Amino acid sequence: MEQTMHENEYLYSGHVACSGCGAAIAMRFLLKALGEKTIIVLPACCWSIIAGPYPQSSLKVPVIHSAFEAGGAVASGVRAALDVKGDTETTVVTWAGDGGTFDIGFQALSGAVERNEDFIYVCYDNEAYMNTGIQRSSSTPYGAWTTTTPGIEWKKLRKKNIVEALVAHRIPYAATANIAFPEDLVRKAKKAKEIKGSRFLHIYSSCPTGWRIPSEMSIKIARMAVQTNIFPLYEVEDGVNYTINYKSKEYPVREYFKLQGRFKHLSDKDLEQIQEMVNEDWQRLLKKA
Amino acid sequence: MKRVVEGSEAVAEAVRLARVNVISAYPITPQTHIVEFLSEYCANGTMDARFLRVESEHSALAALIGTATTGVRSFTATSGQGLALMHELLHWTSGARLPIVMAEVNRALAPGWNIWVDQTDSLAQRDTGWIQLYCEDSQEVLDTIIQAYRLGELVDLPVMVVLDAFFLSHTYEPVDVPDQKLVDDYLPSWEPKFQLDTEKPCAFGPLVTPAFYMEMRHAIAGAMEDALEVFPRVEDEFEKIFDRRYGEIEAVSCNDAEIILVTSGTATSTSRLVVENLRAKGEKVGLLKIKLFRPFPVELVRKVLAPAKKVAVIDRNFSFGASGIFAQEIRAALCNTMKHPPVFGYVAGIGGRDVTADVIEDIYRRAKASDFPEGESVWVGLQEN
Repeated sequence: MEQTMHENEYLYSGHVACSGCGAAIAMRFLLKALGEKTIIVLPACCWSIIAGPYPQSSLKVPVIHSAFEAGGAVASGVRAALDVKGDTETTVVTWAGDGGTFDIGFQALSGAVERNEDFIYVCYDNEAYMNTGIQRSSSTPYGAWTTTTPGIEWKKLRKKNIVEALVAHRIPYAATANIAFPEDLVRKAKKAKEIKGSRFLHIYSSCPTGWRIPSEMSIKIARMAVQTNIFPLYEVEDGVNYTINYKSKEYPVREYFKLQGRFKHLSDKDLEQIQEMVNEDWQRLLKKA
Repeated sequence: MKRVVEGSEAVAEAVRLARVNVISAYPITPQTHIVEFLSEYCANGTMDARFLRVESEHSALAALIGTATTGVRSFTATSGQGLALMHELLHWTSGARLPIVMAEVNRALAPGWNIWVDQTDSLAQRDTGWIQLYCEDSQEVLDTIIQAYRLGELVDLPVMVVLDAFFLSHTYEPVDVPDQKLVDDYLPSWEPKFQLDTEKPCAFGPLVTPAFYMEMRHAIAGAMEDALEVFPRVEDEFEKIFDRRYGEIEAVSCNDAEIILVTSGTATSTSRLVVENLRAKGEKVGLLKIKLFRPFPVELVRKVLAPAKKVAVIDRNFSFGASGIFAQEIRAALCNTMKHPPVFGYVAGIGGRDVTADVIEDIYRRAKASDFPEGESVWVGLQEN
């Protein structure tokens, strides 16, 4: 097999992500797929730091940092201005965390995709407000400890299904991706690049710091999220055509949970309940595909 | 060509004449006619611009931060609640040094819901780094929007052109709508110093540590000072072509005035009439109109007001726990002069209540009858009980 992943680096090695950061890996793969004719819109998130402090930048493409809740709107503007200037070649990408996508940025995202703005919105999902120090978001999964869901107050609400929310807007393309499946991620990013209108990529990005895992476990845990059906790999075209990209091994979720400090308080009974929830979600997805 | 147009149409005509590339706005009374006119121009092809129909005022300005950073001329309009929602991004716009122009139709803030004129919405944004220009009539609105692009693009700062709800936005007046060619002669296309460009990849608005942040803020302060120098030049150029100018401030009958009224917005027009009538009766009264509020033209204001015996400021706005906001600014401008008149602050016309000639004359009589201000602000025209 031809090895091409080492070519076309758009992320400098001096970036300031934590070791094992899934968000840095996700950006690296995304830009390999999209190339240099890309403009990144960066609402507040871990990547506001990873991209580097003034006067440095860890990216080889232009970046416009934006207010936390404004990722969809700023990208709409950049796209409109490029159109005015006759630049149809450049891809506009909003690169947001789960807070900037699921929570505070959801209105601007919904508005932008309802208008079918011609851009790619990428959510790199590390399942909490990691940049501010591990506070729960609506993407934090059932069962997780965070600094705002401590002790017995661990999160007892489900993670918001953001892909289905985007699919409900009937956008041309929505897909999940995962840093442990780089070929699938790169394929989806390249496919998204060729589609006109609003495209959404939801990238599972493990966070050793916030999940209380060793940094060398980052990829393994990301892979297990797919193998357990916690984070299925699939894509949806035009809001109706579902394709599941990975044949599940249906590993028990217990294997995934027991490796992470954020879940260590969970009892066997809790894990059985979570297994049922994952099974139920998986069956619902199978019915759609 | 002179036409009878609504104030909102004067705004829209100016935006079309300025060859704005992207408009992004969210409807709110009393700004709506502006976006309706502009939507129509974009739809019928008389204006070559993109109209972004965003889902909130916050996104309206956020989108323009995107367009202006990509190097194209950008416009929005809002009022009251909409401006309040934009607050975070007002700071962002000036911090990013983007010469976006906004028409701000002064509207009272809720609760209770009130769509009528009140300047507290825009004055509450005085510290956001936007140049603020308050207009008196529709001709001034049209001219000021065209000038605002020239001014903002010379100093790299955003400009808010402020007009009164209904009294200006919905009132029809004869307005000279200039020829496109003349406006093109006046307003060159914008050449931004920096913009998003994949050939020259840069980061815009990244993390800035204490080692650099303070200098960046100091540069904005410097740009505001530059705006004070540039504004008269912008008006000189405009006057040469269009034979009209307004000034940062306008002093009416102030030379020998013992009491000078200070106004802004449409209350100025009524005050002109009051001053004329009082002068005819031998009263030594003058009028100072403030057009440029940010940067505040301190030296010009001092020069006009310092020789007077009393200054009476009419504020259609209020800063709770302090006073009317123009009165604060006037006091601050005068306090470092060795000898200056007392400043009487009057609050009138809040939430769209009429500021009639009688109200203004009453304010003059009160100031004349008092030796010293009774307090920081006197509210006039309040109903009994």
